[in-house]
Amino acid sequence: MPHTLTVNGQARTIDVEDDTPLLWVLRDVLDLKGTKFGCGIALCGACTVHLDGQPVRSCSTPVSGVAGRKITTIEAIGETQVGKKVQDAWLAVDVAQCGYCQAGQIMSATALLSAIPKPTDADIDAHMSGNLCRCATYTRIRTAIKQAAGLETAKTEG
Amino acid sequence: MNSISPKTSRRGFLKASAATGGGLLLTINFTGIANAATGPAQINAYVRVMPDGIVSIMAKNPEVGQGVKTSLPMIIAEELDVDWSQVRVEQASLDTEKYGLQIAGGSTSIPRNWDLLRTAGATGRQMLVTAAAKTWNVPEVECTTASGKVLHQKSGRSLGYGDLAAKAATLPVPDPKTVALKDPKDFKLIGKFTRDVDGPAIVTGRPLFGIDVTRPGMLHAVYEKCPVFGGKAVKANLDEVKAQPGVTHAFIVEGVAPADKSTVTTQLYPGVAIVADTWWHAQRARQKLRVEWDEGEVATQSSTGFAARAQELFKAKPEKEVRKDGDVDAAFKSAAKTIEASYSYPFIAHASMEPMNCTAHYHDGTCDLWVPSQTPAQARSIVAKSLGIPEANVAVNLTRGGGGFGRRLNPDFAAEAAWISKVTGTPVKVLWTREDDMRHDYYRPGGFHHLKAGLDKDGKLIALSDHMVTYGQGDKYAASANLAANIFPAEFVPNLLFGATIMQLGVPTGALRAPGSNALAFTFQSFLDEVAHASGKDPLQFHLDLLSEKRVPPAPPAPPLTGAAAAFATPPFSHERMRETLKLVAEKAGWGKRTLAKGTGLGIAYYFSHAGYVAHVAEVTVKGDDIKVDKVWVAADVGSQIVNPSGALNQVQGATLDGVSQIYGAEITVAHGRIEQGNFDDYPLLRINQAPPVEVHFLQSANSPTGLGEPALPPTLPAIANAIFAASGRRVRDLPLRKASMASA
Ligand code: FES
Ligand code: FES
Repeated sequence: MPHTLTVNGQARTIDVEDDTPLLWVLRDVLDLKGTKFGCGIALCGACTVHLDGQPVRSCSTPVSGVAGRKITTIEAIGETQVGKKVQDAWLAVDVAQCGYCQAGQIMSATALLSAIPKPTDADIDAHMSGNLCRCATYTRIRTAIKQAAGLETAKTEG
Repeated sequence: MNSISPKTSRRGFLKASAATGGGLLLTINFTGIANAATGPAQINAYVRVMPDGIVSIMAKNPEVGQGVKTSLPMIIAEELDVDWSQVRVEQASLDTEKYGLQIAGGSTSIPRNWDLLRTAGATGRQMLVTAAAKTWNVPEVECTTASGKVLHQKSGRSLGYGDLAAKAATLPVPDPKTVALKDPKDFKLIGKFTRDVDGPAIVTGRPLFGIDVTRPGMLHAVYEKCPVFGGKAVKANLDEVKAQPGVTHAFIVEGVAPADKSTVTTQLYPGVAIVADTWWHAQRARQKLRVEWDEGEVATQSSTGFAARAQELFKAKPEKEVRKDGDVDAAFKSAAKTIEASYSYPFIAHASMEPMNCTAHYHDGTCDLWVPSQTPAQARSIVAKSLGIPEANVAVNLTRGGGGFGRRLNPDFAAEAAWISKVTGTPVKVLWTREDDMRHDYYRPGGFHHLKAGLDKDGKLIALSDHMVTYGQGDKYAASANLAANIFPAEFVPNLLFGATIMQLGVPTGALRAPGSNALAFTFQSFLDEVAHASGKDPLQFHLDLLSEKRVPPAPPAPPLTGAAAAFATPPFSHERMRETLKLVAEKAGWGKRTLAKGTGLGIAYYFSHAGYVAHVAEVTVKGDDIKVDKVWVAADVGSQIVNPSGALNQVQGATLDGVSQIYGAEITVAHGRIEQGNFDDYPLLRINQAPPVEVHFLQSANSPTGLGEPALPPTLPAIANAIFAASGRRVRDLPLRKASMASA
């Protein structure tokens, strides 16, 4: 059945079953491939998007529940001030290895810094532990978050 | 986007082949004449120069997170003498004629390509210099290069590569042997922190990975295989499945077994394909699928059965003698002290973040693939074999892979996509679920060891034996399940006996980051720590003494390897390099120099794998059953040159944390021939809150550069296990810690 969503500022009408996860609407119907599939059951965070500014796991969010709400994906997070800072820090620190988890990491980190502009290590642990990185780039994720928060001066190693 | 119109290019290929004895021969395969005056000019197989001076460099090997899409082109750019900002990197498709072996495996990309790619860059530079000298009518020796320009100092003239490329492309390719390479002290790019060329696409979510591929008219597929390895679908409720929304096809696939039935190897497994307009429709319909399976013989196999059988087998002598030096029995009798222990480690899964997938389009007897594979040539071969078409009819486009760790060396998923595309007649993307990925892996094999050591009255190790109970088919070891004869401390103990016994296994196994070493390092380096403590010496001192001299004459030299085997041959072990690495890590960690709180301990371990020398010190705090790794120090000697310090550091930290993840929780178990785990709830991976800081030091020795994807993993586990002993007196002999309810939150 038809659903109208607001994705990255644009109204989109799509015709899918109510139980279709938002992830598959984004990837296969709207052709927004940045949001990734890792586990399908809210355990890895690869599919994280923002729903009215809050991070959610799109693999476990049925499309029927998000009609009329504001969805932001990795493709547009750079249009927000915090999102842009996070992306820039990710690049400066050269966080990625394979890069597959990083869209989800950036979405979670942006949500963290929007809620807590100067996070402690414990805040980072609490907000980022839902995002797995199989390549284990955790050291650089931590550094990049601190850099985006202005807690660490730009440094590229470590 | 990777193709050059033959009309506008002249192709000079630099072709690599392994010479006898493992050296690299460069030959030139030079074909075609072109007018490149108006378009990009192809200087050789790797380098294309645009008229505006932008240089396009081909990345030959698959990128799965190990950084070669950045580091290999850096080597070319360095010798070509261009600024990195002028360079655009393109992923090469599979073309072994042009590029030689294209593989992400065995930490071989840097060592195998170092000389080749330097020469490729230097040859291109030489041709541009020749073009400039001819233009100015001056001797070539008066010309120099810098930042993508040829300079003639005497006359103050200069020309950009963009202006010279068309002319350069028409020149004969110089003999690579005569082309001068830079003195490493003049390197401007190699050795500099260089960011991933795909970084901007990664952080903005642009399509890059296999899972992101779309083709016009493409359908989506899921593929349900028998949960028991080797099982076949007898029948299924296909009509009900076909009636689900969006489903276009549902059918049983018989599978194509490899010709050689004596091993368990990559193949098109039997299963049921469901194809739909979207992946979710295919996956949704799968929930309705009911299959009657013929499970086959493997259904009798289980992890508990294997563990019990291993204990039985330890009572008998090993089936195979792997190595024998001196006389262990006599040495044990004369020893002042003997130590005995049994170790075990489980099967583990690769669990790459991007589940296996492939897009295929079969048409007119040919098949195009878009695949995140570590061995595109294998993908080509398995597809050709499964479909019964010549390899020449399979074209392989490489996508970035969301992690590999060895899983993508076995491209069974490519055969699935190709087969399904042939049936549907459309492009098809097959995408596995996490559960498919976890339950249909080529696992790191588990193993069981019974070890015994003898010390003389001075605490010197005089005898060591290991009986490994492992897995295989018939009398052949399963992939990555062998005990090699040169495993350390072989050659450093005068009386030594290695033996192995094989249990029959139907579960597929394969290479996982530092195959063999990842399990054997835990076993031997933990046991040697027990021996060190028994000797009354400090473990560091014990190891420095052990590494001080070879005590067994080396085996007579084996006949030189050829072909692929030569590419993966490990150079001989240098105990001097290992000692230096060990000393460095001990110094950096303050070994023996710091007072630690009660419940906190340091452990040390080292290993030589994939030509790299790596040593770790772990600091661990144990409170009851809670184990926390506080910090890890790493020292690594991978030769004279770190090509890209950013990638290198990321690899060492990642491999070390991979080891932390493995020791905490990674365990795959088999019950009734099927894998019990399915997702990250029962197969936990390390999370950020559990990740300790990892301090890395490179020891740059006067040796050729070698790879880094793997060698930093193996010593991590024993360093942590040895630290747990130092902190708590508890010896970890069975992995993972979670099993012994010893794991941090
Ligand atoms: S795919 Fe959604 S949390 Fe893993
Ligand atoms: S960078 Fe590979 S999973 Fe995070």
